[in-house]
Amino acid sequence: MAEEMRIVLRNYGKIDPLKIDDYMAAGGYKSLEKARSMKQTEVIEEVKKSNLRGRGGAGFNAGMKWNFSYQVQSEEKYVVCNADEGEPGTYKDRIIMENDPQSVIEGMAICGYAIGSKKGYIYCRGEYPYVVDTLNQAIAQAKAKGVLGDFDVEVRMGGGAYVCGEESALIESIEGHRGEPRFKPPFPPVIGLWQKPTIVNNVETFANIPIIIEKGGDWYKAIGAPNYPGTKVLTLTGDVNNRTFFEVPTNTTIREVIFGLGGGIAGGKKFKAVQIGGTSGGFIPESNLDTSIDFDSMNSIGAVLGSGAVFVMDESRDIVDVVARIAKFFEHESCGKCSPCREGTKRMHEMMERLNAGEGSAEDVELLGRLGKVMSVACLCGLGQAAPAPVLTTIKNFNADYQAKFN
Amino acid sequence: MANYEDIISKYQDLPGGIIEAYHALQREYSYIPEDAVRVAAEVFGIPTAKAWGVATFYSYFKVGKRGKNVIRICESAPCHVAGAAEVIAALEKELGIKMGDTTPDGKFTLELCECVGQCQATPVITVNSKPYGDMTPEKVAGVLAEYR
Ligand SMILES: Cc1cc2nc3c(=O)[nH]c(=O)nc-3n(C[C@H](O)[C@H](O)[C@H](O)COP(=O)(O)O)c2cc1C
Ligand code: SF4
Ligand code: FES
Repeated sequence: MAEEMRIVLRNYGKIDPLKIDDYMAAGGYKSLEKARSMKQTEVIEEVKKSNLRGRGGAGFNAGMKWNFSYQVQSEEKYVVCNADEGEPGTYKDRIIMENDPQSVIEGMAICGYAIGSKKGYIYCRGEYPYVVDTLNQAIAQAKAKGVLGDFDVEVRMGGGAYVCGEESALIESIEGHRGEPRFKPPFPPVIGLWQKPTIVNNVETFANIPIIIEKGGDWYKAIGAPNYPGTKVLTLTGDVNNRTFFEVPTNTTIREVIFGLGGGIAGGKKFKAVQIGGTSGGFIPESNLDTSIDFDSMNSIGAVLGSGAVFVMDESRDIVDVVARIAKFFEHESCGKCSPCREGTKRMHEMMERLNAGEGSAEDVELLGRLGKVMSVACLCGLGQAAPAPVLTTIKNFNADYQAKFN
Repeated sequence: MANYEDIISKYQDLPGGIIEAYHALQREYSYIPEDAVRVAAEVFGIPTAKAWGVATFYSYFKVGKRGKNVIRICESAPCHVAGAAEVIAALEKELGIKMGDTTPDGKFTLELCECVGQCQATPVITVNSKPYGDMTPEKVAGVLAEYR
């Protein structure tokens, strides 16, 4: 049976998040000290060796990303912590920041040392003003203790735009602009915030860094799935008994998550579907539940790990209704910069509503499939590219629900 | 007007600080007054159209009047299946207004929103950003009473 393993949440419930002394008594800031006694390249090597891959959804090797910024000669570089957490059903970054803010700040400072940056930003979603308070207090305490040295951290608040979780849109937003994604390349590690090399990493990614420096890359990469080692913090929602968060090794299977830790389906009903990774994730049928949650295994079944949101639906749920709701989300959140997404999300929502109201036809389903394929290749950023995933995966895996709407 | 400038100019030297200024305005008024957008443009030395473009891009900001207490109801999929629609109906009935509207006394505005990151307790509403979880139609009156 699956068990929790707390690495990111190692201090959860054990320290007072607003007391830096508690954090330091638990070994906090020793890793930053250790990192600063190493060469910058050695720190990057250690992170690379751990094979820690981004926890914000794209799964890029963190050490490799840091190396890109390290190699650019520049007076100014930036470390940005992505705390925009807009993916519906996700609240793991909040749990981390509320309970152990210093671990994130320490991770950022280690990154700052490694790439040669003296300035960090935490971009925290506007819906979390109480988290912003916690972060500001934590930063003030770290500065007062002098543990950060000459590394400065500042919190900026998002404005409730889902697209601002996309790293280049996030950068635009910190600069005080509309949060529209940039054309890439160049990528942020080379040209980012104020045109300077910028590392954007997720909250959970940074929270992993201190322990990797403490225990070493070899220790870390032995945990969980070899190609996506470590743990993942998951948040369970929907028709599951234990609607809460869990941190598990990445080789845990979806079934173990839902039926082990999650306690199974609520109300004694049967499982129907699970959507993992947030609202842009694919819908997964029963037949794929024995897949391990790591990044690559999830991709191999046409799904994603994404943010680690696990949204469970029981046999009584109407998949078309849920996907219609999701389609509205994407129409609303599309930033409008590129037409395949601006128009595509609108039409997709229209057709889903029509189907949901029982006024659609098999032709609509066919059209949705074609539109979805176009969007997934033609849209500028990940929002538009991933928006069709719930539609496409449900047409494939839950076609009976669509048929029931017009037969 | 002077008041707007006092609030906004605190962020004048902060690179990209216009968004922080908008947050500060909204904390004060529960919305961004239209005139404040013009003042922000002046303070930050950008065209009014740009200041306007920024203010209206973000769904957490509302340019133009809104009630003193802003109630937002999450309708993202996890809250949707957990019964957000019944909570919406109860709020509309209790306040006698529809989603998107403000009560005649200017005390409450009802808005739909997407996930506010409190999904351990779906369905969720927020009042002035303070979350209330595991909402039911029965709990609505009690929450409103705190702000009446
Ligand atoms: C529409 C969209 C929304 C995103 N939202 C988030 C988010 O809320 N948090 C996050 O860390 N990454 C988000 N990302 C991924 C970021 O672009 C980026 O890959 C990530 O912050 C990199 O950090 P990591 O390598 O540590 O995961 C989003 C991407 C897209 C396309
Ligand atoms: S894909 Fe959508 S969100 Fe991304 S840039 Fe295009 S319009 Fe904006
Ligand atoms: S889905 Fe409603 S608060 Fe997250």
